[in-house]
Amino acid sequence: MDYVSPVIEYAELSPLFVVFGAAVIGVLIEAFAPRPLRHVLQTSVAAVGVVGAGVATVLVGLDLAESGAGRGLVGAEGSVVVDGPTVYLWGLVLVFSAAGVALFSERKLEAGVPVFAGAAATLPGSEGEREASTRGLAHTEVYPLLMFAVGGMMLFPASGDLLTMFIALEVLSLPLYLLCGLARRRRLLSQEAALKYFLLGAFSSGFFLYGVALVYGYAGSMDLDVIHDAVSNGSDDRALLLLGIAMLAVGLLFKVGAVPFQAWTPDVYQGAPTAVTAFMSAATKVAAFGALLRLFYVAFGADRWNWQPMMWAIAILTMLVGSVLACVQSDIKRMLAYSSVAHTGFLLTGMLGVQSPSALADGEVTSLQAVLFYLTTYGFATVGAFAVVSTVRDANGEASAFARWVGLGKRSPLTALVFSFFLFSMAGIPLTSGFVGKWAVFTVAGASGAWPVVAVAIASSIIAVYFYVRYIRLMFFTDPEPGRDGVPEVASVTVPSPLTSVTIAVCAIATLVLGIVPGPVLDLAMQVGDFVR
Amino acid sequence: MLTVLILVPLVGALVIPFLPAASARAVGLGFSAGTLGLGIAALTQFETGGGMQLQEQVEWIPAFGVNYAVGVDGLGILMVLLTVVLTPIVMIAGWHEGDEAPRSYYAWMLALEALSLAVFCATDVFFFYVVFEATLIPAFYLVGGFGRDGRGAAAVKFLMFQLAGGLVLLFSVIGLYVVSADQGTPSYLLSDLQQLDFSEGTGRWLFLGFFIAFAIKAPLFPVHTWLADTTEKATPGTSVMLVCVLDKIGTFGMLRFCLGLFPEASQWATPVVVTLALISIIYGALVAIAQDDALRLVGLTSLSHFGFIVLGIFVFSTQGHSGAILYMVNHGIGTAALFLTVGYLVHRRGTALISEMGGLEKTVPVLAGLTLVAGLATLGLPGLSPFVSEFLVLLAAFDYAWWVGGTAVVGIVLAAIYVLWMYQRIFTGGGADPAAHDAAGHGHDAGDAEGDAHGATPAGHGQSATTTATATATATAATTTVVPDASRREVLAVAPLMVALVFFGFYPQPLLDLSNPYARDLLAQVGVQDDAPKVPATGAESGE
Repeated sequence: MDYVSPVIEYAELSPLFVVFGAAVIGVLIEAFAPRPLRHVLQTSVAAVGVVGAGVATVLVGLDLAESGAGRGLVGAEGSVVVDGPTVYLWGLVLVFSAAGVALFSERKLEAGVPVFAGAAATLPGSEGEREASTRGLAHTEVYPLLMFAVGGMMLFPASGDLLTMFIALEVLSLPLYLLCGLARRRRLLSQEAALKYFLLGAFSSGFFLYGVALVYGYAGSMDLDVIHDAVSNGSDDRALLLLGIAMLAVGLLFKVGAVPFQAWTPDVYQGAPTAVTAFMSAATKVAAFGALLRLFYVAFGADRWNWQPMMWAIAILTMLVGSVLACVQSDIKRMLAYSSVAHTGFLLTGMLGVQSPSALADGEVTSLQAVLFYLTTYGFATVGAFAVVSTVRDANGEASAFARWVGLGKRSPLTALVFSFFLFSMAGIPLTSGFVGKWAVFTVAGASGAWPVVAVAIASSIIAVYFYVRYIRLMFFTDPEPGRDGVPEVASVTVPSPLTSVTIAVCAIATLVLGIVPGPVLDLAMQVGDFVR
Repeated sequence: MLTVLILVPLVGALVIPFLPAASARAVGLGFSAGTLGLGIAALTQFETGGGMQLQEQVEWIPAFGVNYAVGVDGLGILMVLLTVVLTPIVMIAGWHEGDEAPRSYYAWMLALEALSLAVFCATDVFFFYVVFEATLIPAFYLVGGFGRDGRGAAAVKFLMFQLAGGLVLLFSVIGLYVVSADQGTPSYLLSDLQQLDFSEGTGRWLFLGFFIAFAIKAPLFPVHTWLADTTEKATPGTSVMLVCVLDKIGTFGMLRFCLGLFPEASQWATPVVVTLALISIIYGALVAIAQDDALRLVGLTSLSHFGFIVLGIFVFSTQGHSGAILYMVNHGIGTAALFLTVGYLVHRRGTALISEMGGLEKTVPVLAGLTLVAGLATLGLPGLSPFVSEFLVLLAAFDYAWWVGGTAVVGIVLAAIYVLWMYQRIFTGGGADPAAHDAAGHGHDAGDAEGDAHGATPAGHGQSATTTATATATATAATTTVVPDASRREVLAVAPLMVALVFFGFYPQPLLDLSNPYARDLLAQVGVQDDAPKVPATGAESGE
């Protein structure tokens, strides 16, 4: 038997190598570098890794653009696909990862220590925790964990076969489970969130794996293009395929937080350290939607008429449940979690549109392009909003309860204005990026005749406006009630480190610019062409 | 030209937050005065022949077929003028309204002006939609940030209603894109959209989206309920900007988009719309009569007025359209005057409750006179400008069907009741002795500025409560006697409005010169044949 060495396209896959390389170096630093040096080393390695991967992504993108729009390559023996959408998603994940690194390295909010637990292994409230706290211990492992998650997120939407997709799913999920449990304050809540996320996530991975097996049984291959051919040719044994599609959908819809798999979202978003929530809510959604689109458009595109009704129902449910439940939350992070569920619904609405550019008039947007643009707008607003949340604090750390935010507009007008700007963007008010994103996804859905879904989307947008505006009213038009000792029990804004401030500023500027001049980014999204098989 | 017009107040809004608070007022007024100058300059360049003029167009979002496109026709220039005239007036009249945070008050005011101007100038539906929705943000902060207790809830209600309308409109805007893309290259330009063929069903659905949004904006029964709360809680200045400028977008949009883009659907919907308009006229007047809060009363009269405007629009005749356009201008002037004068009064008395006022004619004769003129204009007294437009709309209504005209006339009678009765209760009679009221145990002083005891003081509430009430009553009685009359600044602010009311009452021709060609063009586009109105001149005279 001859051994044929696999062909690896190092140049095209370089962004992945850079990120995973940075993660591995991070692990080595944990093992060998002295403790005082670790924080500096880890942040630098992570930053260099993200920036380097970003540069590499741009180079790959330029290379692809030169070889003609809509082109791409199926690399690493068919397991990784580098095409327009992949490059765009890589770029997006890396941008939000950069924000993640910036927020992770925040040390000013907690007066000199990171926002992560000093010693995660100690019991909350125990002697060990206090000791770790007094010694100023810090977990610098968060950076390699972050980089592994980023690597998984980049591999996920680029997967060329189901097995790679599954591995990427696990690589991105496991570090996130850990990161969720590392909050410095309210550790029990944080650990509960991590456990919940892990259990449910593991369960959904099981579904995904079972789906992989069933689809393999139908198509006889894990490769997406072989599956595509099998689905197009159509064989008699549809039951295997349909069950397989359903199982795979469970796994992926869990990751994006669609109803009825949204139950983990509020708990995890609330319990996780806010820096992690910010990164996770934006980047995971980008990666998971990339994978969802690739799987359903490439592998199951020919079977659209079978899965489309399911997606209609899920999109409608997701939007309604997300926006209705957000109205009754009394915690800002939970509210944002449900709002992210509603946004998942809007993204799914965009997925229902026309998928191939050839079926459209010149200059019209396709589903894929609309969803990519929406992910961009949503990500910036979400990262920005969570970053602001992390700066609003009282004596017990972050004050995420509604009542603490009363009158913030009078105490810190700039922060409150920026935060309400992010909320306006999420609500889809014009002159913010959220509006353009909404317009794009609603339009593609409408153009393909999904008017009922668009009608529900508009109804849930109206509901959504209520809970965003209620918050703005709280900040600007309500005066705080005096507490027990006559002083109002409210939170105030702690000035964060420059990195966090810059993150918030960049997100705000991106939200504004994408709202007023969305042209360049839209053009970029339109140039990505279609998925390559 | 129009771009500069939009940019000047916008720049003002961006500059003011960075200035010292003390200079915010002067700078704000300066910017709005500059805008007024530009607006007049635009008028001088405008030719009365009709058609879209002063056009500018730049590609904005090519992926969506969206252009930044502005231009004005007869209707647009009138609305632009109304906006640029009212803004500085509101600023002068409400010099101290934003005292707690003058920078944000004047910045939001200018932002509102800029965005309203953009709305009236937009000739691209997407651009229109963007600025249409964006006007809500400054309006929201103005309602919620300044005014009376409970304004936060009023602001949320206002925004919820308006955004609900806006999102329904979004449905239609997206629909327009889809139809436009189906029939060739997608474009949002008004001129391109007018060439589209809508199937009957599609046209009607899209029309509904536009109409519902504009009906909420205008407002029209039964989606008017935000109006009363908002005008009651907001400052009078904000109310003027909302009711006299922003709400005009509703009727403006009906003319430009509902009739302009969906003539077939508009005629299909006419019976329902006319019925709603009639209900608004009568219902608005009736609830206005029943109000005890003067600002709420004035707010609700607008429901009745917008009923007239919508009626004029949907009877499909040049008279009706010209009358409706004129009505939009006159309502802007008349109601602004009424809001501001009543606002002066409320500011002095610290309460807006009519039952707590009375006999003020003797103490504030000038203010009483100003209020009377504004009120008489509102009820359509011949010789003041609203009469001309009301007369035109009524003529058109009678032409349409006798019972429609007949019902609308009832609205005029009711208007006389709410205006004159309000005037009587506030300014005449012997009600200047509030102590008597309190002795009777009505406890009116709850909302009073001096009456710091919150909540009503019911009769027999206990000795101390009665003492407080009496003390407050004495204080009120004392203030009643020293209520200062309208200051020079206040008179100066409303003076241009008064002059305009009288001038256009006798000589409405300049306004008609602008509105008639527009109405003619619009009807030609809708496909209805009709003669231009000859009535106004004779109408005004016969009314004398």
